[in-house]
Amino acid sequence: MPKNVFCKIISNLKIAENIYSMNLVGNFENIKILPGQFIHIKCINLLRRPISICNVISENCINIVFEIRGEGTRWLAERKVEDSLDIIIPLGNGFNLNMSGKNPLFIGGGIGVPPLLFCTKQINGNAILGFNNIKKVILENEFNNYTKNKVIVMTNDGSYGIKGLVTDTLEKSIKNYTSIYACGPKLMLKEIAKLAFKNNIFCQISLEEHMGCGIGACLVCACKVKTNNSYIYKHVCRDGPVFDAKEIFEF
Amino acid sequence: MKENLNCNICGINFKNPIITASGTFGFGREYSNFFDLNFLGGISVKGLTLNPRDGNMPPRICETPMGILNSVGLQNPGVDEFIKTEIPFLRRYSTNIIVNVSGNSIEDYCRIVEKISNSDIDIIEMNISCPNIKAGGMAFGTSESMVYEVVSNAKKYSKKPLFVKLSPNVTDISLIAKAAENAGADGFSLINTLLGMRININNRNPMLANIIGGLSGPAIFPIAIKMIYQIRQISKLPIIGMGGISSWQDAIEMMIAGANIIAVGTALFADPYVPIKILNGMKTYMKNNNIININDIVNTCVINND
Repeated sequence: MPKNVFCKIISNLKIAENIYSMNLVGNFENIKILPGQFIHIKCINLLRRPISICNVISENCINIVFEIRGEGTRWLAERKVEDSLDIIIPLGNGFNLNMSGKNPLFIGGGIGVPPLLFCTKQINGNAILGFNNIKKVILENEFNNYTKNKVIVMTNDGSYGIKGLVTDTLEKSIKNYTSIYACGPKLMLKEIAKLAFKNNIFCQISLEEHMGCGIGACLVCACKVKTNNSYIYKHVCRDGPVFDAKEIFEF
Repeated sequence: MKENLNCNICGINFKNPIITASGTFGFGREYSNFFDLNFLGGISVKGLTLNPRDGNMPPRICETPMGILNSVGLQNPGVDEFIKTEIPFLRRYSTNIIVNVSGNSIEDYCRIVEKISNSDIDIIEMNISCPNIKAGGMAFGTSESMVYEVVSNAKKYSKKPLFVKLSPNVTDISLIAKAAENAGADGFSLINTLLGMRININNRNPMLANIIGGLSGPAIFPIAIKMIYQIRQISKLPIIGMGGISSWQDAIEMMIAGANIIAVGTALFADPYVPIKILNGMKTYMKNNNIININDIVNTCVINND
């Protein structure tokens, strides 16, 4: 059940171009946080800002990694250590790691990488992390710390790691995997889903959408979800943000 | 001395004048994780239609200075599903159920009012001002003759107090209010959202898939105050006031302008506890100003002419 918690910022570091990593300490007693869930942060604006949980450091400390996208996240980036933050935690449904099989693969694109880190803390799996360029690369060391498996870093322009798109690597190696967990730009998720369907591999994706309440009451964060013969609108905050790729994409 | 927050609206007792506004509170379930719904005077539920509706394409929301634009498009499970599953849930709490209903035709309004009248609810809030559906909705709320027609017909099927939710998107809201009153409305609910639009300057796309949407939040508060004040000058019917309330001070101000009870909506998204904070602030205000009965502040705006 989500709770409104006032927490304290104990660190706020710039880790890449416009990207910040922040540790928050608060009373998270009796709050079970699953990989893929998010928090809703009161910034300077009217609406809160949904940010995925990157890691649970300890019983009372979580880590978030976010990119400056507008005035809300800019305000957040400017917060100092010891400042307090009003958050709602935890929100949404996490990844279903029980369906991973023997060889799960985690694929993150850009600022979609953070929620997958917490997954690799729970189960071992290879990871493919894609970024636009070297200035945007995040969390490579953290992934390597949690998993003994392979962590492949790619950039679109080849300025770091392997040059190309995450799907280039996925296409060559997909037969090795029993499941895929992905978060990133919708176009990337679509291409991943296409390969997963073709190879009949379980695939879950995490979506984002502009949100209002964040708890399922206002119905603004709609996304089209397949039913038998048609579509219905589900809501990213309450029904997601993690969906089975089969619910979202059709080929 | 204990402050008396009770309000009587059309014979229905509200333990306090604070309700949640339609469309911002679902059917109460989500916010019941944050506070006891028994604290509320009432809940105005998500707008219902005869048949389930999918709602509009996303994106359905964008933030604006001191407000939000939305175009949900009345996504709802339909009135029958509401009666079956949501009324039993809401009746676990001692709070009034205000049912917001919309239609595409006069016939639709009559049928939904008839259906909901026969269920265990307290007040019907007839939405003739939804800006987000193509047919009907606001079209009914912007012409005096249409308002008269739809309200007088729906009234025949209503066994509950029938409130009419008014659109601010009109030239003179008091003419619309008068038409609704003449048609038999038992009260008014105002204001609904104001029409608005935003464009992304990078791709030049409208920020809402529906292109236009309804503006809510603190940005519209002064407009709500003005319209409630205006209607209070020409009608004695009870008013549920809403539009941009985000603090107890706003709530008090709206009651002074003429609202009998007030609804809080968009402010919930920033702070789920805002209704409780308004309730506490209201009590303190009463204590500090020696007000025993909250109804004594309604319609008490003082105009100095000297």
